[in-house]
Amino acid sequence: MTVESTAARKPRRSAGTKRTAAKKPPGSQPDLVQLLTPEGRRVESAEYDAYVADITPEELRGLYRDMVLTRRFDAEATSLQRQGELGLWASLLGQEAAQIGSGRATREDDYVFPTYREHGVAWCRGVDPTNLLGMFRGVNNGGWDPNSNNFHLYTIVIGSQTLHATGYAMGIAKDGADSAVIAYFGDGASSQGDVAEAFTFSAVYNAPVVFFCQNNQWAISEPTERQTRVPLYQRAQGYGFPGVRVDGNDVLACLAVTKWALERARRGEGPTLVEAYTYRMGAHTTSDDPTKYRADEEREAWEVKDPILRMRAYLEESGQADEAFFTELEAESEALGKRVREVVRAMPDPDRFAMFENAYADGHALVDEERAQFAAYQASFADEGEGK
Amino acid sequence: MAAEKMALAKAINESLRTALESDPKVLIMGEDVGKLGGVFRVTDGLQKDFGEDRVIDTPLAESGIVGTAIGLALRGYRPVVEIQFDGFVFPAYDQIVTQLAKMHARALGKIKLPVVIRIPYGGGIGAVEHHSESPEALFAHVAGLKVVSPSNAHDAYWMMQQAIQSDDPVIFFEPKRRYWDKAEVNREAIPGPLHRARVVREGSDLTLAAYGPMVKVCLEAAAAAQEEGKSLEVLDLRSMSPMDFDSIQASVEKTRRLVVVHEAPVFLGTGSEIAARITERCFYHLEAPVLRVGGYHAPYPPARLEDEYLPGLDRVLDAVDRSLAF
Repeated sequence: MTVESTAARKPRRSAGTKRTAAKKPPGSQPDLVQLLTPEGRRVESAEYDAYVADITPEELRGLYRDMVLTRRFDAEATSLQRQGELGLWASLLGQEAAQIGSGRATREDDYVFPTYREHGVAWCRGVDPTNLLGMFRGVNNGGWDPNSNNFHLYTIVIGSQTLHATGYAMGIAKDGADSAVIAYFGDGASSQGDVAEAFTFSAVYNAPVVFFCQNNQWAISEPTERQTRVPLYQRAQGYGFPGVRVDGNDVLACLAVTKWALERARRGEGPTLVEAYTYRMGAHTTSDDPTKYRADEEREAWEVKDPILRMRAYLEESGQADEAFFTELEAESEALGKRVREVVRAMPDPDRFAMFENAYADGHALVDEERAQFAAYQASFADEGEGK
Repeated sequence: MAAEKMALAKAINESLRTALESDPKVLIMGEDVGKLGGVFRVTDGLQKDFGEDRVIDTPLAESGIVGTAIGLALRGYRPVVEIQFDGFVFPAYDQIVTQLAKMHARALGKIKLPVVIRIPYGGGIGAVEHHSESPEALFAHVAGLKVVSPSNAHDAYWMMQQAIQSDDPVIFFEPKRRYWDKAEVNREAIPGPLHRARVVREGSDLTLAAYGPMVKVCLEAAAAAQEEGKSLEVLDLRSMSPMDFDSIQASVEKTRRLVVVHEAPVFLGTGSEIAARITERCFYHLEAPVLRVGGYHAPYPPARLEDEYLPGLDRVLDAVDRSLAF
């Protein structure tokens, strides 16, 4: 199998220069699982074909639809930030295949622990995309019930959630259930101690958890070479569980590999590390400026590996989708964009007393006292108003 | 047989045993808590009786312990985790402050985090560095956490029961130098709500407020003062968050003088908050400024110097004299 299109990069010798040419480090050509080439050609995989063998044309179109709608939602959110409706947005542009493939591999009773960029996974879990926007607008810090869709709240401090996922998986094992957990994190988070501890805990307790690392090559301005000297998936070996690198822009491969990993977990075979090799096509967030630290040529090289284009090419070439499908999807995409705009613009600010709510589950005397003081302070303005 | 005399460590052990028996969701986690029964034997015998699945020896990684406890709580468990010593909690401080304390509010109340974090704390046992600290203010400062410390075996038994039943995370500071102090533990007499202070000695001239290991020192100081004809009231605060300011206020309105005693450094410590609040609440009742006795703004000293650093009988009485002379 040729893996040139997503080859690993040589460690940079100088932190001060922009990355340009991509060369494979000598002696290290990581195996990369790929089922669809960037051109949309289906290639065979002896190990992973079985996990997508029974996929129907409708399901294939569904994966494509998920990616298109997620990208549309993401673009809408970026626009809403530019219009001042959101304070910030963390775009997933370029990572649709990694998120949709892995998200669609999960079962309803599985539990997902996301970072703050898993909009595509949220979509697969059935979380209404507009619910994701509250925290970016600043009206809440997480607007959905994690247990409604077994999709935990976005975790902003990177890597922390890998431990929560591991603990949750330990609980599943104690319950004797055959559910599994998937923890998302990135190449930057791979340097966090919590991720190392999650690997250790999950390994020694044989917890049913899949660590899904989206290596999008950049942790804000720092390249993956600033995080690791070995391909990330190889770290798993040191902890005693398998690690696999998958083409993160190949939705079929991401689906197959994640299914395999989740099934391992269900069978009681413990954790797996999946490194989805992908690229953050946009900025880290709307506050970031990638032109300061990376070359345009790099982005251009990844553009030809676009996850949506390759799936479209595959669907068209194999005759599994007709023009009507794409036309209808375009209309659906427009409708989603319109709905997102309308919901966000109508999203009210929280009541000023909301900050005191839910600080504690069983209440707290000091919170009660300060809420009362705040209420009295607010009421003093009401009196002033009446006096005028 | 409702009442039985036992050491404070044994009382916590019995309380954990009761919780493990009555609620299958209760788990014990920590370093060396299983076969060894903890370095202070607080969990002695629990793994033998409840199995490795419920009394769990963890890898030596504090953030991992608390982080996985959060995950277990999300799954419906009620983990009681042990941090082996006060000075070892900081690798877990991020998980406690950033995740455990805030997750309930982040979820708009839709999930609960019933996690108890047990921390043997304080000095007086001649230990090496990192084994004698009192970091309670660092946790009490954080909204979303509750922070308590028992001073005696009876409270220890009941406060642990109440902490485990709490749907909020509780940092449970155990006064390690009092682990071996024995007292009557009555399993049928709840000593009151978890976050309520208690007058442990009545007096009329001045209030000594303390918690955990310093309650005993204050009781000794009050007995010594009695011989000089001074009547000191001693208040066992029991809870640092929430703090029972109503009980402190009631006592101060009676005695008109307050000295707060803790092992932790006084600068920005719990005593500072008490001084501020009581000044606000009791300004016209106070005959003297609220005084604080505690550790100094220096790293906890080597063991040979800890008697100089820790508040003892003489330093408490010195503060009492200064207050009364004001």
